[in-house]
Formats: sequence, structure tokens, C-alpha cells
Amino acid sequence: MTAFRAPPKHHEGPVEWVRVHLFDGVFNSILTLAMIALVVWAVPPAAKWLFIDAAWHGAARDACEGVSGACWPYIGARLGQIVYGFYDAGERWRADVVFAFGAIGLAWLVIPRLPRKGWVGGMMLTLYPLVAFVLLSGGWFGLPIVSTERWGGLLLTLVVAAVGIVASLPLGVILALGRRSELPVVRVLCVAFIEVWRGVPMITVLFAASSLLPLFLPDGWEFDKLLRALISIAFFNAAYMAEVVRAGLQALPKGQYEGAAALGLGYWQAMIFIVLPQALRTMLPGIVNNMVSMFKDTSLVTIIGFFDLMGTIQAGATDLEWASPNVAVTGYIFAALIYWAFCFSMSRYSAHLEEQLAEGERR
Amino acid sequence: MTESTSGAPMIHLDKVSKWYGDFAVLKDINLTVKPGEKIVVCGPSGSGKSTMVRCINRLEQHDDGRILVNGTELTRDVRNIDTVRREVGMVFQQFNLFPHLSILNNCTLAPIWVRKMPKKQAEEIAMQYLTQMRIADQANKHPMQLSGGQQQRAAIARALCMHPKVMLFDEPTSALDPEMIGEVLEVMVDLAREGMTMICVTHEMGFAREVADRVVFMDAGEIIEEADPETFFTAPKHDRCKLFLSQILGH
Repeated sequence: MTAFRAPPKHHEGPVEWVRVHLFDGVFNSILTLAMIALVVWAVPPAAKWLFIDAAWHGAARDACEGVSGACWPYIGARLGQIVYGFYDAGERWRADVVFAFGAIGLAWLVIPRLPRKGWVGGMMLTLYPLVAFVLLSGGWFGLPIVSTERWGGLLLTLVVAAVGIVASLPLGVILALGRRSELPVVRVLCVAFIEVWRGVPMITVLFAASSLLPLFLPDGWEFDKLLRALISIAFFNAAYMAEVVRAGLQALPKGQYEGAAALGLGYWQAMIFIVLPQALRTMLPGIVNNMVSMFKDTSLVTIIGFFDLMGTIQAGATDLEWASPNVAVTGYIFAALIYWAFCFSMSRYSAHLEEQLAEGERR
Repeated sequence: MTESTSGAPMIHLDKVSKWYGDFAVLKDINLTVKPGEKIVVCGPSGSGKSTMVRCINRLEQHDDGRILVNGTELTRDVRNIDTVRREVGMVFQQFNLFPHLSILNNCTLAPIWVRKMPKKQAEEIAMQYLTQMRIADQANKHPMQLSGGQQQRAAIARALCMHPKVMLFDEPTSALDPEMIGEVLEVMVDLAREGMTMICVTHEMGFAREVADRVVFMDAGEIIEEADPETFFTAPKHDRCKLFLSQILGH
């Protein structure tokens, strides 16, 4: 190869940067100024309310009496309920153990350097739910039973979200494959399932699961209300997931199916080794979008009498011992922060995964 | 023709017809291919040549007539379809390599899962064919990192790893840049010399002259002319065939 001169250098000082990135044309200049105005208008009062005018210490309502900012002592006093709901105080260590194992397992799967992801993932999908169930509900190994009606707060939110997210993906994949099946019976059943669940509001589904279903079950047939809610949430979200997966399956070039068939791979072999690994990649943004929306939808279980994260905060706002406008708003802001932290982490992780997968193909 | 000579046919198409709606894409196709024979199929686009070849491993279903491959008749029976697909390798115009797998894994997937071959043995066989295709050094790369010619040679290696008795080529060089056509044709000529039974849809007339035992000319869903290459190129009988040859050889 012959040497050629080096590429011309671009000099980019701070002034140049500002011109290119902030004042690039009339429209962008107006937008920049408008954003600056918005920040100046909104941030100082918000900061004042959240930090400067806020009450930080104190035990009961008096702590926030006459305070014009956020009422943080309320969050401190109610933290137990916000995290565990009415879970018996002496048994909360069980929830802590479940939280800790969940966090360690997830961190292991998320941190790229750590080895044996397949094994850890397998444990998280099989052993972990079992241990979590035994620990949380009790009744084995001398652990006192804690009825699911007492589960609440962040604990309940995470249980509902985790079950919904983990169950809806495989169910959705099966439904999507069924919808594209060549067997008419399978196809009709899957289409019917998807369209029925997708055509009904989540609130209706939850009401049906909590109050209608028991009326139809024969006497003496009874199963846990939380379990009923979990199953309906999983089915509801599986129907949505199925449509995302179907889009991914359809986006795959026909040649991939033909390449697999020509090599003699059977239907399931072609799906597992060729179609799904590629389709799931293109579907990733849609899948995570569904998961984020599912995480927030868990707050609807309040309607059928569960006190999840949102429910406990809502209940706290009407508590006479604390009730004051600032207390309610503080609670909602705290809840929003928690929801946001979880949802934002999910979306960041998916962005990271997408990058990694794209790199894998180029490698 | 020469059907009375030795051995059972490897491929036998008997009055095979196919329709898309009311439109007949294949009309009473009769074709017999003996073991080791090399057939080149040509004809204008839309003449049904790809459809015919794709019927032989049931990527398309024929509506009438019979297709037998190595004695197995292609019917709705999934077991027969599986049996045929195991014996018939196919190379596509668009390669159809699996982009999420390395070249080596593209080659070993079917032998491991369809032929139940131990992984080590499958890898040895894959490397042997990749060497024969002169791309052994690309084994651990992903398809998108290879040139078009390399990808098509990898696709040929992938098909060969199943040890097929027949190889079908569906316009294997049509999607390639001109400078890469030669390298693919070269390995196909080698393959033909080793005695592989081949049916090849192609407009590469040099290739046809060099390796084909017979050239089959199709137009409008019918086999119009079937002859050895010498006769086909020098003394075609039908006007449509003459016109086609003048169009592709004329410049």
C-alpha cells in the first residue's frame, strides 16, 4: 500500500461545539433557548421544594406541620410498609433473603465478566422461584405461613412483575408460533386466545380473576387470589408478547426458513437453532418495551385489594396520622422514583444487549 | 433419450405439474437423472426452472404427477420429505447462510442434529469441506464478514457436510459480483469431476459446456429441449431456444 497524506484535522473548540450542537440554525437556536428557559423556570422551585423547604427529621405529623416542602420523615416512618406491605414484621428477613438472592442472581447475569451465565440463568428460572415461594409463603421447614393477602409494597410489585415478565415471554413465543402454524386447530386456538386477552382491559381481567372466577368454580374449589391475579397477568401479557414475537418471526427472510428446511432440520430444530435466535434479536426493543409497560401495570392490582408499592403509598396518603397535601405528594414522588429506577435500568440494559448482539454478528 | 441404460434413476419426475391459482407454472415435466449425471437447466426468467428444482426437495409442493428421489416418493408424508432432504443438498441464489452462527457452526449444525453425528467428527468433516472450498481460514468468522464468493462457497460446504447424494444449485452465481463468479464455478466444476449428481439452474453457459451431461431448456413451465451441450449450443431445434441462446450469447 502506498502512503497517502493524513486526513485533514478538525479543530473543534468550545465555541465551535456550541455553534454546531446548540445553535445550528434558527429552529435549533429557538429550541435551545426554550429549553434553557424551561430549566430555569422549573428546576429551582423543584429543588427548593424537594430539599431546601423539606422536613428531614421528626417522628409524626408534627414533623411536617407548617413545612412548605417535601415531608421525608413520612417516607422514613413508612419504609417498612412501602417495602413489605403488611408482611409480618418478624418474618421480613425472609423477604430480605429473597431480595438479596434475586439481586445477586440478576447482577451475575448482567455483569459481562462473570462466568457460567447459562448455569446461573437456569438456577434463576428454576431453583430461585421455588426457594422464593417457599420462603415467602412459609408452611415448610417450620416457617410460619404468611398469607399472600399480607404481601405488599415493593415486595408484591416485584413478585407480580417478575412472574409476569418471566412467564409471558415463553408463553408469547408459543402463542406466536401457534398463530403461524399450518395446523388449523392450533392456529385458530392461538388467534382466539390472543384476541380475547388483548381485547379486554387489564382491569377487567383482574376483576374477573378476583371476583368472577370464584363464582364459576365448584364449591370447595378455591385457589389463592394472588395466584389467580398472577395467572391472568401472565396470560394478558403473553397475548401482547405474542404479537411482538410474531412481528419478529415475519421480519426474518424466507431464505432462513428454506435454508434450514433444505438441510433437513425439523420444525422445532429450525425454530430453536435458526429462527428464534435471530428473531429474538430484532424483537428485543419491543420485548423490553412490553416488560417496562408490564412493570408499571402491576400497580393495577391495587384495584382488587392488594397493597403493592402504589397501593401502600396511596393508603398512606389518607392516613390521618400523617395526612397533609405535602405528605401525599412526597409519597407519589418517592413511588415514581422507584418505578423509574427499575424501568430505566431495564431499558438501559436492553440497549446494552442490543449493542452486544450487533457486535457479535460483526465479530 | 438414454433412459434405458444402467441403474435406477437418482431423480425421477413423472408428469409433474404445479399451479399458482389458475396459472400453470409447471406443465407435465418429465425428467430422469441417473446417479452421477450433471444436468444444467436454463431458460428465460419465469419459465419455472427454479420452481422445478425446488420441488425436488419439497421447498415447493407439486400438485400433480410423481417425484421420486433415490427411490423415495415425495408425498405429504413428513418422513419421506425428511428422508429426501437428508439426501439432497441445496445451494441458493442468496446463499441463505445463518448470519448468527460462525461458518463452522453453519456447517456442523445439520450433521449434529439431523444425522446425530458427534460434534468432533462433524467439525472434522466441516473443516475438510471448507478446505476443499478453499475457505478453511474463514471457519470461525460470521457470514457477513465474508465476500459474496466466499459465502457461496461456505454454503456449498454446508450442504456437502450432510454427504448428500444429489446437489441442487438454484442460480448459485446470479447474486455475485462478476469477479467472484469464477471462484464459485471452479469449485462446482471440481465437485462435478468427483462424480456428484448435480442439477444446476444457471445461465453460465461456459460451465454448462464444461460439465453438463445434458442441458434442459425450459420455457413457460415446459421442458422444450433436452440435449447434450454440444448439440444444444450448436444445433438447437426450437426457435424459442435459438432466441434465448442468441440473447445470452449474443454479446
